[in-house]
Amino acid sequence: MIMPLLRRLGQTVFVLFGISALVFAVFFATPGADPTARIAGRNAAPQTMEKVRKEYGFDRPLPVQYAIMMKKLFITRDLASYANRGELVVPEIMRAAPVTLSLVTGAAIIWVVLSIAMGVIAAAFKGSWIDRGLMILGLVGISIPVFWLGQVVNLITQNRYHDTWLFSWVPGLGYVPFSQSPGGWFLALVIPWCVLAVMFVGIYSRILRADLVGIMGEDFIRTARAKGLSPSRVLLRHGLRTALITFVSLFGMDFAQLVGGGALLTEVVFGLPGVGRLTYQALNSLDLPLIMATVMYSAVFVVLANALVDATYIFLDPRVRDAG
Amino acid sequence: MMTKPPDTPRPSAGPWASAFRSLLRNRSALASFAVLAVIVLASLCAPFYAHHIAHTDPFVSNVAGTIVLNGQETDIMQPNDNPLHLGLSPIGPTGSTTYLLGADSQGRDIMARLLYGGRNSLLISFSAALLCLVMAGVVGITAGFFGGITDMVLSRLMDIMWAVPVYLFAISLSIVTITSGLRIGPFVIEADNLLIPIVIIALVYVPYAARPVRGRVIALRQAEFVTAAKCLGVPRWRIVLRDILPNVSTTLVVMGPLLMAMALLAESALSFLSIGVQAPAASWGTIILDGEGLIYTRPMVAIAPGLAIVAVVLALNILGDGLRDALDVRDTSRRE
Repeated sequence: MIMPLLRRLGQTVFVLFGISALVFAVFFATPGADPTARIAGRNAAPQTMEKVRKEYGFDRPLPVQYAIMMKKLFITRDLASYANRGELVVPEIMRAAPVTLSLVTGAAIIWVVLSIAMGVIAAAFKGSWIDRGLMILGLVGISIPVFWLGQVVNLITQNRYHDTWLFSWVPGLGYVPFSQSPGGWFLALVIPWCVLAVMFVGIYSRILRADLVGIMGEDFIRTARAKGLSPSRVLLRHGLRTALITFVSLFGMDFAQLVGGGALLTEVVFGLPGVGRLTYQALNSLDLPLIMATVMYSAVFVVLANALVDATYIFLDPRVRDAG
Repeated sequence: MMTKPPDTPRPSAGPWASAFRSLLRNRSALASFAVLAVIVLASLCAPFYAHHIAHTDPFVSNVAGTIVLNGQETDIMQPNDNPLHLGLSPIGPTGSTTYLLGADSQGRDIMARLLYGGRNSLLISFSAALLCLVMAGVVGITAGFFGGITDMVLSRLMDIMWAVPVYLFAISLSIVTITSGLRIGPFVIEADNLLIPIVIIALVYVPYAARPVRGRVIALRQAEFVTAAKCLGVPRWRIVLRDILPNVSTTLVVMGPLLMAMALLAESALSFLSIGVQAPAASWGTIILDGEGLIYTRPMVAIAPGLAIVAVVLALNILGDGLRDALDVRDTSRRE
């Protein structure tokens, strides 16, 4: 029981190291991304360039530079941005994290509730027009680019129909901290929540329906039916519970990816200063310390979620447990 | 060891033929195929449309130009509706063949740009999906068939790629290559080359596509016919080509349309962030970006390419579903 967990931990650390080394290599090996020129400014004198190179340690070998950056990021936590000089990177991410967390949590609640409802109803009416209609609806949701949907929703709620009773409550784009005004926080996020959730409702409802339909043909379901349980009880208590195992593991991965910056497009379209937008800005200005910090931040979430999902499998599924 | 299949009166149709027949019976798959064909044909006709029907050049700024509408000469950039008539907006949908969907902020014909953009979007997503399938096939088969150290290295590499959100990964690679192009030895790829988004999009989806292939190969490796071939002393490369590849090809084919749908969404997202297709070339994503500034005054600029994306992605997804049912492959895809 302990060994698989330990092995998993070792893999996790290795993956995190791999990502950081990869990002470092990509951004330092690129021509045109030379950080000295960026910090010193355009057409800087050779002496200035030399001074910057010394001051920031760019003249040292790459592995040493990598080690220094990692130390500043994880141990002393005083890694400073190259683009906005003196701006510390870790607090910057800590400021952006609650925005993304609010956005993703709200969207996750919507997509879990809606997709379970849609998946169960579709599976219960398998083959009927309700089933087909719901699944086409899910497919449409998967097919809409989220940034475009955001723009169209903005057009409707902020402009064309903003003055009607339906959308007059919609505040302007931007984020309101929960601590400042819980009501404002809610109103500012309702529409981004829904827009972000659309695609996932499509994905999850379709997966859940397919799993449920598969499970309903299995032996233990026949046993449950033979015991004389009502169809709804068989579907919900026996079918849904089993189908939710895949659902939960997928959810862990997607949630982590979104918290780690995957909701970037939604954040950009709705002007939310979250982690995804911060990463995008860092990438655009090739601000290496900030890129490093945001990528590591997101990788930690994804890798942890991955390990967590695997660990729950080890605890839940005796076959995996014994094989490990 | 039996090498000859048991005698049957007539060999039943192969999996591909029967899949093709059941696909022909699937009405929604046929309809999506028709939609795709129409959109591809329309995109191919882009130069013809621009020169002979719309009479515009969709790659040249035309803010000072005029067009003839209902016998009247009309400016392409028109004064705004506000009381003081401050500022200019591009002309909206005209309803005639020139500027059918109006102009963008540089006075270019949106309908013509939409067709040219379709060429790029479709070309990029198709090539990226194809390249991704090839790479995923190679990686998945190598990891699954050879196992051991090879599998461990490849799987950990996939884990590393998997741990970065797909879009962030694609954006990082795009920004790095867009700033100065790419130099690999004697080969120089300019920043505006379409190969850059194609390779990047193909690369970021490799872990997604390679996983199911690897799983399938691991299952196949223990299949009796592979063991039989091994016992007969068939060389390994021949087993891979003749026994493994035909059996994973259905998995790969089913993933094709779904991958192209994802690639199209990724391409439009990259172009929307101005790090995909570079100006003055168009793609559906760049047109949505052009329309962002005009979203409240001329929403059609952003809405039209978005609808095109939705139509193509939806059709590809339905086609992919149809293929999966026809080829009876389960467990192929999960995301996006």
